[in-house]
Amino acid sequence: MQVHTARSSVFLLPSTLRTPSTWRAGVMLIALVLAVPVLVVFSFVFQPAGEVWTHLADTVLQEYLTNSLLLLLGVGAGTLFGGVASAWLCSMCQFPGRRVFEWALLLPMAMPAYIIAYTYTGMLDFAGPVQSGLREQFGWAPGDYWFPQIRSLGGAIVMLSLVLYPYVYLLARAAFLEQSICVLEVGRTLGAGAWRGFFRIALPLARPALIAGLSLALMEALADYGTVQYFGVATFTTGIFRTWFGLGDAAAAAQLAALMMSVVFLLIVLERWSRRQARYHHTTGRYRHLPRYRLAGWRAVAAFGLCLLPLLFGFLLPAGQLLAWAVQTAADTLDAEFLRLVWHSLVLAGTAALLALLFGLFMAYGKRLRGSLGVHAAVRVAGMGYAVPGTVIAVGVLIPFAWIDNRVDAWMRASFDISTGLLLSGTVAALLFAYTVRFLAVALQTVESGLGKIRHSMDDAARSLGLSPNQVLTRIHMPIMRGSLLTALLLVFVDVLKELPATLILRPFNFNTLAVRAFELASDERLAESSSAALAIVLAGIVPVILLSHSITRSRPGHD
Amino acid sequence: MLRVRIPLLFLALSLSVSLAAAEEVNLYSARQEALIKPLLDRFSEQTGIAVNLVSAKDDALLKRLESEGRNSPADLLITADAGRLHRAREMGMLAPLKSELLAQRIPASYRDPDGYWFGLSLRARPILYVRGKVDPKELSTYAALADPRWKGRICIRSSDNIYNQSLVAAMIATQGEAETEAWARGLVANFARPPQGGDRDQVKAAAAGQCDIAIANTYYFGAMLDDPAERDTAAKLAVFWPDQAGRGVHVNVSGIGLTAAARNIEPARKLVEFLVGEEAQRWYAESNHEYPVVAGVEPSATLKAWGSFKADAINLSELGRNNPAAVRLMDRAGWR
Amino acid sequence: MTDPTPPPNMLDVERIRVGYGAQTVVQDLSCRLAQGRIGCLLGPSGCGKTTVLRAIAGFEPLVTGEIRLGGRVVSQPDWTLPPERRQVGMVFQDFALFPHLNIAANIGFGIRNLNAAQRDARVAELLDLVGLAALARAYPHQLSGGQQQRVALARAIAPRPALLLMDEPFSSMDVELREQLAREVRGILRHEAITAVLVTHDQMEAFALADEIGVLHAGRLEQWGSAYDLYHRPGSRFVADFIGQGVLLPGTLLNEHQVQTELGIIGGKVAPGLVAGTAVDVLVRPDDILHDDASAQLTEVCDKAFRGAEFLYTLRLPSGAKVISLVPSHHDHAIGERIGIRLDIDHLVMFPRSA
Repeated sequence: MQVHTARSSVFLLPSTLRTPSTWRAGVMLIALVLAVPVLVVFSFVFQPAGEVWTHLADTVLQEYLTNSLLLLLGVGAGTLFGGVASAWLCSMCQFPGRRVFEWALLLPMAMPAYIIAYTYTGMLDFAGPVQSGLREQFGWAPGDYWFPQIRSLGGAIVMLSLVLYPYVYLLARAAFLEQSICVLEVGRTLGAGAWRGFFRIALPLARPALIAGLSLALMEALADYGTVQYFGVATFTTGIFRTWFGLGDAAAAAQLAALMMSVVFLLIVLERWSRRQARYHHTTGRYRHLPRYRLAGWRAVAAFGLCLLPLLFGFLLPAGQLLAWAVQTAADTLDAEFLRLVWHSLVLAGTAALLALLFGLFMAYGKRLRGSLGVHAAVRVAGMGYAVPGTVIAVGVLIPFAWIDNRVDAWMRASFDISTGLLLSGTVAALLFAYTVRFLAVALQTVESGLGKIRHSMDDAARSLGLSPNQVLTRIHMPIMRGSLLTALLLVFVDVLKELPATLILRPFNFNTLAVRAFELASDERLAESSSAALAIVLAGIVPVILLSHSITRSRPGHD
Repeated sequence: MLRVRIPLLFLALSLSVSLAAAEEVNLYSARQEALIKPLLDRFSEQTGIAVNLVSAKDDALLKRLESEGRNSPADLLITADAGRLHRAREMGMLAPLKSELLAQRIPASYRDPDGYWFGLSLRARPILYVRGKVDPKELSTYAALADPRWKGRICIRSSDNIYNQSLVAAMIATQGEAETEAWARGLVANFARPPQGGDRDQVKAAAAGQCDIAIANTYYFGAMLDDPAERDTAAKLAVFWPDQAGRGVHVNVSGIGLTAAARNIEPARKLVEFLVGEEAQRWYAESNHEYPVVAGVEPSATLKAWGSFKADAINLSELGRNNPAAVRLMDRAGWR
Repeated sequence: MTDPTPPPNMLDVERIRVGYGAQTVVQDLSCRLAQGRIGCLLGPSGCGKTTVLRAIAGFEPLVTGEIRLGGRVVSQPDWTLPPERRQVGMVFQDFALFPHLNIAANIGFGIRNLNAAQRDARVAELLDLVGLAALARAYPHQLSGGQQQRVALARAIAPRPALLLMDEPFSSMDVELREQLAREVRGILRHEAITAVLVTHDQMEAFALADEIGVLHAGRLEQWGSAYDLYHRPGSRFVADFIGQGVLLPGTLLNEHQVQTELGIIGGKVAPGLVAGTAVDVLVRPDDILHDDASAQLTEVCDKAFRGAEFLYTLRLPSGAKVISLVPSHHDHAIGERIGIRLDIDHLVMFPRSA
């Protein structure tokens, strides 16, 4: 060991503090920039909205509120039940088909909600083949029989649950697989059978993951516009549009949005509060081969059926219908232009996924390094975009970008008599920024839950072995939570593939994506023609979804 | 951050699709790409002028135009209704376009008197009835649909939709708000089911027996008649032109306006003139069952079969002006 | 106890205070350790010993005081040399092995300034040293607790740190493994001539491993010394109570050399400044009480515990005060029986009663 009698200048720098404070400043900066769109929209909150509010309160506000809450409750219950039950069966039980279900249950995730809504309406509507067939078969007249109304709140809940349950399934399964078997065995020695072990030990231990998955699903449900609008269900999101564009009142619309986000924020705070001191690091590093409960007889059939149900209705049926339509219209829709759509979608989704992951990782690690209140708040704020409807985010991006562009242009004109025009607006960069704002939460949640599982002694051990904080991230955390990183990447990728409203508004000239194409045709009630683009989204989503499933299976130490 | 920049650069290169053309014109269109692109391609072929397109919803485009201000790259704005063009003018986002040809070809009621916007095609919103269940003699006006005799027999989509908002805005202009609201309440009471789906869905529901009357735009109905899969369904219904003795059928236009920020004014003028030319006007009729705005251009065979009608002669700017009032009125009437 | 030949101290902890926010966890603590010595911070849980360790490692900043490693200042208020630049190795309570790396890679992780061949050689050497050469390619989750422990140790000493810190290194082991491992670890540390600081709540562990032990209580250092010193010359009631077994027997100071107790007069060195007549408590260890059938001092057996070679008897004096005594196990007496005892104290340890 060298002995320094005098401290060299290098050592005068407070280096332990230096690196984290750079991170902290970085986290704050990123959070601030990413919060701009939401803040811009919220700045309208302070404009007087006047009597529009009285009008809203008198007429529709209560309906927005009731429908939104019922939607959240319904989708919450649906995704939680579907996701947790299938995840538990697939990770802890052995029954025929389990290996296929393991990855196939993720497939509905690749299905945009509005596409599944259009597809099911086509099939199940009063005029659709199912009801018409029934009427023909049994000679029923309209009104003679009861058939569930697909275009209703209940229908919207089912549609959204079908495509959103994979978020819960995904994170729940990862959590169940990572649970050390010892903890479950301790439970069994304490007299907890399979069911009690599930409810009393596995479920509470998986809670952070379940909450993360559930909150992603709920935020997505709350921000959904396409499905509820098509079904004629008035929610906060449709209300925001109606108020902004129909009534022409941006302030009241922003206030509605603010109200909606306050509810989201309240839920998050409540959940954090209820969790308080409980820590969910795994207490033991020992894993063993999972002794799956072997199911036979009716139990196996029930498990098979339970897993098949969401897969069938969330993927196989609608994808089959899309395929049938796509084959019909392939001659008209598949051309060189179509290939360009695919290319655009893939590149955009891939780049946005990388960006979201990068920022998410940066912020999550900043929070871990220096959990100051400011950093925590910044990370929360940066993740809020997910609960905001895409159009609102898009407008929030549009306004500041154009403002900056016009300022730069004005200054350049004044100083050099050169017009720079719009530098950022209407570029792919603006689009990527909007995606990052909108989907950062997805990456952040996943990375945070991955980081949370790494004990802090790992960081300390690495530091004492000579790694800087940055190196700890790259050499310890990133390899350990490879699975989480990949998950974050793929989730954002699939989300961007499906993203519509922001793409529609912000895209450059002559720039189309699969989602734009699918939506434009579907919303013009040309379902058959839209199917090839919709199917391409699904196909492009399937590959990452399968990759995702494999990475999770392998992420469990000791998995064979 | 270098790692971010490289893919961005790569992106910029790989996604830059606009080739430097000698002449070009930039278009923000609320008509979806499929409903305008073929015409634009034809225009480019004929003139060598490249047309760059962004399609999105009307309001979003207005917002984009507004934010971008005088540096907006857009030269032209196309909307699916006149109300929004009127609003764009009021917001100062449009500039007048002087053209003898346009003034000559487009009837005065379908364009802005000062040349700020021009109608390109007409979309009518008549009453569709189920053959055999409704005697067309029972039908007369939109207003009469509030009569209790239609209880549980009417299908119409949600009031979120601009077509319904325009319909009600037009009624407010001619009948006043109080009378229109009373009518809306009566109409809502006659709904066969809560409003849902699009215009085609109303036709389908009526064909399937859920209601006897559907209100839908002609081009959806026409498209269904063209579609082998839906022809039989649509054929169960027929068109009734209401208010022929009075104000006429509710119509709206899909229209175009020069933006205040426009730089490619000459190419823009050429494009607008092309769109009201014989070829383009026939295309609207043939491929999308919209009525040509230019007198003397033959509508499609399907359209002709429905007969001619008297259109509401209201100044279309009124629709934009009355839109917020219409939305509130429908909120109050419980029209979801 | 001071070193006869003073090499430069490897570790100097100078009146440090550590805390989180308004809460002070460690106060006014000083200690030093010479090259090659093994020190131990011993205390009940929550006494702040781990915080001291983390401050030495550089994970906790100081409020006041100074820490020097090899004479070089590494921590001062408002200035902390980051842990990765201290050349301090650490073994964690939960081992914190990197799950994504195999054993060899874990051990080689901290070795930087060697080329690949040298590093491999060092890793192989350490694998041999800890007896895990066969498991070089295994992953941490495939190892038993004891094996993980040894890997953690090997990983920490692989870069030849100036100082090794160990946080409750054996707390998750069973007792037998614990003693065996402690001996092994001591051998390894000696072999590598490593200066180390260990933190534990288990005095047997401290005695087995450490040359010098500091007893911590409520964030303060009560006493620093050898195991022998702590046991036989505790500096405070807390140390007397915490280290080893024993009771405090009431007595009265007779003069500068003697204390009167129920068991007779005890001679020895009396703390200076106390005057005759002062009420005191005298520390009586089990090995200070000898069973003597001939003794007139009779006590009643209230409890006994078989320890193999010995019985540990709890004995009640006529006054009701209790003492404990280690007696060879062929002297088997029933509870309730009265037996004779004799006092044989080498070191008089006493504390004024009022304190």
